Amino acid sequence: MLRLNLLLLLIAVFCALGTVSANHKARKLLAEYERAQNHMHDLDVEWGQLQLEQSTWANHARIEQVARDKLMMRAPGAGQMMVLEAAR
Amino acid sequence: MKYAHSPVLNERLSSSRSRLVTLVMMAGFVALAGRSLYLQVFATGFLQKKGESRYERVIETSATRGRILDRHNDALAVSTPVKAVWAIPEDAKLAPAQLHQLAGLLEMDAGELNRKLAVSKEFVFLKRQIPPDTAARIAALRLPGIHDQNEYRRYYPSGEMTAHMIGFTDVGDAGQEGVELALNDILIGKSGSRRIIKDRRGQIVEDVESIRTPQKGRDVTLALDEKIQYLAYSQLKKAMQENRAKAGGVVVLDVKTGEVLALVNAPTYNPNNRARLAGAQLRNRAFTDTFEPGSTFKPFIAALALEKGKYRANTPINTASGKMTIGPATIHDTQAHGMLTLAEVIQKSSNVGVAKVSLSFRPDEMWQMYSSLGFGAPLKLGFPGEVGGSLRPAKSWRPIEQATMSYGHGISVTLIQMARAYLVFARDGDLIPVSLLRADTPPQAGAQIFSARTAQEVRTMLEMAVEPGGTAPKAQIPGYRVAGKTGTARKPEGGVYVKKYVASFIGFAPASEPRLIVAVMIDEPSADKYYGGDVAAPVFAGIMAGALRTLGVPQDVPLKPLIMAEAVKEDV
Repeated sequence: MLRLNLLLLLIAVFCALGTVSANHKARKLLAEYERAQNHMHDLDVEWGQLQLEQSTWANHARIEQVARDKLMMRAPGAGQMMVLEAAR
Repeated sequence: MKYAHSPVLNERLSSSRSRLVTLVMMAGFVALAGRSLYLQVFATGFLQKKGESRYERVIETSATRGRILDRHNDALAVSTPVKAVWAIPEDAKLAPAQLHQLAGLLEMDAGELNRKLAVSKEFVFLKRQIPPDTAARIAALRLPGIHDQNEYRRYYPSGEMTAHMIGFTDVGDAGQEGVELALNDILIGKSGSRRIIKDRRGQIVEDVESIRTPQKGRDVTLALDEKIQYLAYSQLKKAMQENRAKAGGVVVLDVKTGEVLALVNAPTYNPNNRARLAGAQLRNRAFTDTFEPGSTFKPFIAALALEKGKYRANTPINTASGKMTIGPATIHDTQAHGMLTLAEVIQKSSNVGVAKVSLSFRPDEMWQMYSSLGFGAPLKLGFPGEVGGSLRPAKSWRPIEQATMSYGHGISVTLIQMARAYLVFARDGDLIPVSLLRADTPPQAGAQIFSARTAQEVRTMLEMAVEPGGTAPKAQIPGYRVAGKTGTARKPEGGVYVKKYVASFIGFAPASEPRLIVAVMIDEPSADKYYGGDVAAPVFAGIMAGALRTLGVPQDVPLKPLIMAEAVKEDV
């Protein structure tokens, strides 16, 4: 009887310790999850800003201006173009 | 001395005293029991709540508004987080040096800041929508009573180019104009909240429950093609300056799908900086302003004439001296053309010719056609202030009105309606709805308004209008066959037609297999020219040529190359 009781006590103690460690782990994981979520949010924000930046740099008005003024490009006249037929 | 021998014990006290003590103690116990009963049973809910509030928090998770993208997924509107700085004026007791520092960071006048802090309210916004790094520097000052909160600001990288199409939002992130308003329900996110447990150091240790899951606003992919939009914007802007026009609009439609590839209005505004915004700039003219279309309306009468079998393209019509009297009024042509075929009536844009044709129909036949083309009713795209123009019931038409309506007077339309109605000619006689959003599958054939044969014959007439001898040779584009119609309408003011004009051109290309419709409207060109063929047609040509090249549409007219093909062949 005593042995059984001791065994049960031992099991109870182990269970209690298990609960404690599981709780601890859960908190650690939660903190990590929280950090990851914040990171995701930050990346989202950065992505939005990068998109804005890209749109600003790739603005058609700007591209045209650079092409014309800096690179001295111009659209070819009708006579300077040649249409190639697709190979059959 | 032992306790048992204490003389005090020998003292006999009256039993009433001990009973009193017992009674007092009993009363104490009863009070305790009662109190604990009260706390444990009756007040337990309240107390538990109080306890929870010590460690539980409900935090709001904000949701971002969806982005607006063009058809190639380039961003047209993006929300980025910013901060709002607010204060509790009572707590904000700032030293003059601190006040100056804060005013400097907020880019405000110190006096103005002082006034804001002097109000007797519990909450006052000092400045909204400031960059996060500035807010961080303000927070680092650790000023009493000064706080910040997260909010979002909407940026429009393409600025004034897409202003009317996209619209804008207010400080509260709600759509106010354009697509931002029309599709607000899709774009808007729902902020969520969740209950958490925080420890002593303010770290979240447990997620108790999610009360509302936040929903990010969904992205919207428009049919708009930013490149074509830019072309339309720059061409229209140029034409506005050259013609000293009051206003203007351009709509570009995809013939195959009915998608709106570009929509530009002038004058425009910069949605990122709306400090000085006037009503005229805000108007999305393509949707909200009606105008009398003028001659761009004539092809519909020609189509009806062909459809009813009363005329053929080569049926001669006598336009005589270019004058025709109906009742008290006289219709004029710009010059006398004499005998013209129906096709030439369209090519030369003869008012008399088309009026004669129109008088061979019953008013309700004409009304039926206009109505089925979508005139007189808004397109219902959800744009704010979208109007349908006016198309009066056929019963009230007098013959003179029926005649003037055939060349687009006495009726009013919006530019987008006109562009859409031309779909029947560009397609094989069927009318499909226009779409602001990118259509990933081509729409099914719409209602058949005219037969495919009629549409084809009108296309040929419209091609003639662009050829030499027509009204708009300036609409030609090298390498492509173009079809279209000019319009030059006088504007009615207070019931009288005045010497102010609306010049327009609506056309499509390549005529052999139409791909795009471009509709151009220039309001009150006040330089020396005002004809649609001089003012609007070059804008059309500029946009169409660029757009067709952008889309890689095969040419349907052989170019005459300067460099001979043989020379290139050797290199290959």
